[in-house]
Amino acid sequence: MTLTKSEIVDKITEKMGLSKNQSVDLVEVMLELIKKTLENGESVLISGFGKFNVKAKNKRMGRNPATGDQMLLDARKVITFTCSQKLRSLIDPVPPPKKGK
Amino acid sequence: MNKLELISALKNEANISKSDAAKVIQIFFDSMADAMAKGERVEIRGLCSFFVKNYKSYTGRNPKTGEKVTIKPKKLPFFKCGKELKERVDY
Repeated sequence: MTLTKSEIVDKITEKMGLSKNQSVDLVEVMLELIKKTLENGESVLISGFGKFNVKAKNKRMGRNPATGDQMLLDARKVITFTCSQKLRSLIDPVPPPKKGK
Repeated sequence: MNKLELISALKNEANISKSDAAKVIQIFFDSMADAMAKGERVEIRGLCSFFVKNYKSYTGRNPKTGEKVTIKPKKLPFFKCGKELKERVDY
Protein backbone atom coordinates (compact mmCIF):
# COMPACT_ATOMS: atom_id res chain seq x y z
CA MET A 1 0.00 0.00 0.00
CA THR A 2 1.33 3.35 -0.93
CA LEU A 3 0.12 6.72 0.23
CA THR A 4 -0.05 9.07 -2.72
CA LYS A 5 -0.75 12.73 -3.24
CA SER A 6 -4.36 12.09 -4.26
CA GLU A 7 -5.15 10.36 -0.97
CA ILE A 8 -3.70 13.29 0.95
CA VAL A 9 -5.79 15.65 -1.20
CA ASP A 10 -8.91 13.61 -0.34
CA LYS A 11 -8.11 13.91 3.33
CA ILE A 12 -7.70 17.68 3.08
CA THR A 13 -10.95 17.95 1.11
CA GLU A 14 -12.82 16.04 3.76
CA LYS A 15 -11.27 17.61 6.87
CA MET A 16 -11.45 21.20 5.69
CA GLY A 17 -14.71 21.14 3.81
CA LEU A 18 -13.18 22.38 0.57
CA SER A 19 -13.91 21.35 -2.97
CA LYS A 20 -11.56 18.83 -4.47
CA ASN A 21 -10.23 21.40 -6.94
CA GLN A 22 -9.40 23.81 -4.15
CA SER A 23 -7.52 21.11 -2.23
CA VAL A 24 -5.57 20.06 -5.31
CA ASP A 25 -4.61 23.69 -5.93
CA LEU A 26 -3.51 24.28 -2.35
CA VAL A 27 -1.35 21.14 -2.28
CA GLU A 28 0.23 21.97 -5.64
CA VAL A 29 0.98 25.54 -4.54
CA MET A 30 2.54 24.24 -1.33
CA LEU A 31 4.67 21.65 -3.13
CA GLU A 32 5.80 24.28 -5.63
CA LEU A 33 6.87 26.55 -2.75
CA ILE A 34 8.89 23.73 -1.21
CA LYS A 35 10.51 22.81 -4.51
CA LYS A 36 11.31 26.43 -5.33
CA THR A 37 12.98 26.90 -1.96
CA LEU A 38 15.12 23.80 -2.41
CA GLU A 39 15.93 24.86 -5.97
CA ASN A 40 17.32 28.11 -4.56
CA GLY A 41 19.60 26.08 -2.32
CA GLU A 42 17.67 26.79 0.86
CA SER A 43 16.72 23.97 3.21
CA VAL A 44 13.14 23.36 4.34
CA LEU A 45 12.50 22.45 7.96
CA ILE A 46 9.14 20.99 8.90
CA SER A 47 9.16 20.69 12.69
CA GLY A 48 7.79 17.37 13.85
CA PHE A 49 8.54 15.80 10.48
CA GLY A 50 12.05 16.43 9.27
CA LYS A 51 14.37 18.63 7.31
CA PHE A 52 15.08 18.70 3.60
CA ASN A 53 18.63 19.84 2.96
CA VAL A 54 20.49 20.75 -0.20
CA LYS A 55 23.94 19.27 -0.17
CA ALA A 56 26.71 20.13 -2.60
CA LYS A 57 28.81 17.18 -3.74
CA ASN A 58 32.35 17.63 -5.03
CA LYS A 59 33.40 16.35 -8.41
CA ARG A 60 35.09 12.98 -8.20
CA MET A 61 36.68 10.25 -10.25
CA GLY A 62 34.39 7.33 -10.81
CA ARG A 63 34.33 4.24 -12.93
CA ASN A 64 31.90 2.97 -15.46
CA PRO A 65 30.92 -0.29 -13.80
CA ALA A 66 30.28 -1.98 -17.15
CA THR A 67 33.59 -1.15 -18.85
CA GLY A 68 35.83 -0.23 -15.93
CA ASP A 69 36.83 3.04 -17.61
CA GLN A 70 37.71 5.92 -15.35
CA MET A 71 35.64 9.03 -15.76
CA LEU A 72 35.17 12.37 -14.07
CA LEU A 73 31.85 12.81 -12.33
CA ASP A 74 30.87 16.46 -12.10
CA ALA A 75 30.09 18.31 -8.90
CA ARG A 76 26.37 18.19 -8.24
CA LYS A 77 23.71 19.05 -5.71
CA VAL A 78 21.54 16.48 -4.01
CA ILE A 79 18.66 16.63 -1.55
CA THR A 80 19.09 14.87 1.76
CA PHE A 81 16.44 14.30 4.38
CA THR A 82 16.94 14.21 8.12
CA CYS A 83 14.14 12.68 10.08
CA SER A 84 12.95 14.49 13.20
CA GLN A 85 13.10 12.69 16.55
CA LYS A 86 9.32 12.88 16.74
CA LEU A 87 8.81 11.13 13.41
CA ARG A 88 11.46 8.59 14.28
CA SER A 89 9.78 7.60 17.51
CA LEU A 90 6.47 7.30 15.64
CA ILE A 91 8.00 4.91 13.13
CA ASP A 92 10.18 3.04 15.58
CA PRO A 93 8.58 3.14 19.05
CA VAL A 94 11.63 1.57 20.73
CA PRO A 95 13.36 4.47 22.47
CA PRO A 96 16.99 5.09 21.51
CA PRO A 97 19.38 3.59 24.12
CA LYS A 98 20.54 6.81 25.73
CA LYS A 99 17.32 8.80 25.73
CA GLY A 100 14.81 6.71 27.64
CA LYS A 101 11.46 8.37 27.17
CA MET B 1 12.65 27.95 5.43
CA ASN B 2 10.73 26.56 8.38
CA LYS B 3 7.12 25.52 8.76
CA LEU B 4 5.92 28.98 9.83
CA GLU B 5 7.54 30.60 6.80
CA LEU B 6 5.99 27.95 4.56
CA ILE B 7 2.60 28.67 6.12
CA SER B 8 2.82 32.40 5.42
CA ALA B 9 4.13 31.78 1.92
CA LEU B 10 1.17 29.49 1.20
CA LYS B 11 -1.21 32.03 2.74
CA ASN B 12 0.03 34.78 0.44
CA GLU B 13 0.32 32.66 -2.67
CA ALA B 14 -3.09 31.00 -2.39
CA ASN B 15 -5.03 33.88 -0.79
CA ILE B 16 -6.30 31.87 2.14
CA SER B 17 -6.30 32.50 5.88
CA LYS B 18 -3.27 31.70 7.93
CA SER B 19 -5.12 29.04 9.90
CA ASP B 20 -6.26 27.30 6.71
CA ALA B 21 -2.72 27.36 5.36
CA ALA B 22 -1.46 25.89 8.62
CA LYS B 23 -4.13 23.16 8.47
CA VAL B 24 -3.29 22.12 4.90
CA ILE B 25 0.39 21.80 5.76
CA GLN B 26 -0.32 19.99 9.00
CA ILE B 27 -2.68 17.47 7.39
CA PHE B 28 -0.22 16.92 4.55
CA PHE B 29 2.76 16.05 6.74
CA ASP B 30 0.70 14.26 9.40
CA SER B 31 -0.73 11.93 6.73
CA MET B 32 2.76 11.11 5.56
CA ALA B 33 3.95 10.50 9.14
CA ASP B 34 0.92 8.29 9.90
CA ALA B 35 1.46 6.18 6.81
CA MET B 36 5.10 5.65 7.67
CA ALA B 37 4.21 4.83 11.27
CA LYS B 38 2.12 1.99 9.83
CA GLY B 39 5.08 0.91 7.73
CA GLU B 40 3.51 2.10 4.49
CA ARG B 41 5.30 3.64 1.56
CA VAL B 42 4.68 7.28 0.68
CA GLU B 43 5.07 8.68 -2.79
CA ILE B 44 4.69 12.35 -3.68
CA ARG B 45 5.29 12.68 -7.41
CA GLY B 46 7.83 15.31 -8.28
CA LEU B 47 9.01 15.74 -4.72
CA CYS B 48 10.06 12.53 -3.07
CA SER B 49 9.14 9.08 -1.86
CA PHE B 50 9.70 7.42 1.48
CA PHE B 51 9.70 3.88 2.69
CA VAL B 52 10.50 2.42 6.06
CA LYS B 53 13.72 0.50 6.03
CA ASN B 54 14.63 -2.11 8.60
CA TYR B 55 18.20 -2.05 9.79
CA LYS B 56 19.67 -5.15 11.47
CA SER B 57 21.65 -4.91 14.66
CA TYR B 58 25.36 -4.39 14.21
CA THR B 59 28.46 -3.67 16.24
CA GLY B 60 29.46 -0.06 15.96
CA ARG B 61 32.01 2.05 17.71
CA ASN B 62 31.72 5.17 19.73
CA PRO B 63 33.74 7.51 17.53
CA LYS B 64 34.97 9.51 20.52
CA THR B 65 36.22 6.71 22.74
CA GLY B 66 36.66 3.87 20.25
CA GLU B 67 34.51 1.68 22.50
CA LYS B 68 32.54 -1.11 20.86
CA VAL B 69 28.80 -0.77 21.14
CA THR B 70 26.02 -2.98 19.90
CA ILE B 71 23.48 -1.08 17.84
CA LYS B 72 20.03 -2.60 18.16
CA PRO B 73 17.88 -3.25 15.09
CA LYS B 74 16.06 -0.12 14.05
CA LYS B 75 13.58 1.24 11.57
CA LEU B 76 14.22 4.49 9.77
CA PRO B 77 12.46 6.29 6.96
CA PHE B 78 14.43 6.08 3.74
CA PHE B 79 14.19 9.14 1.55
CA LYS B 80 14.36 9.07 -2.20
CA CYS B 81 14.38 12.31 -4.13
CA GLY B 82 11.82 12.65 -6.90
CA LYS B 83 12.90 13.09 -10.50
CA GLU B 84 11.53 16.59 -10.99
CA LEU B 85 13.07 17.89 -7.76
CA LYS B 86 16.40 16.22 -8.54
CA GLU B 87 16.59 17.86 -11.94
CA ARG B 88 15.52 21.25 -10.67
CA VAL B 89 18.02 21.32 -7.82
CA ASP B 90 20.91 20.24 -10.00
CA TYR B 91 20.50 21.90 -13.35
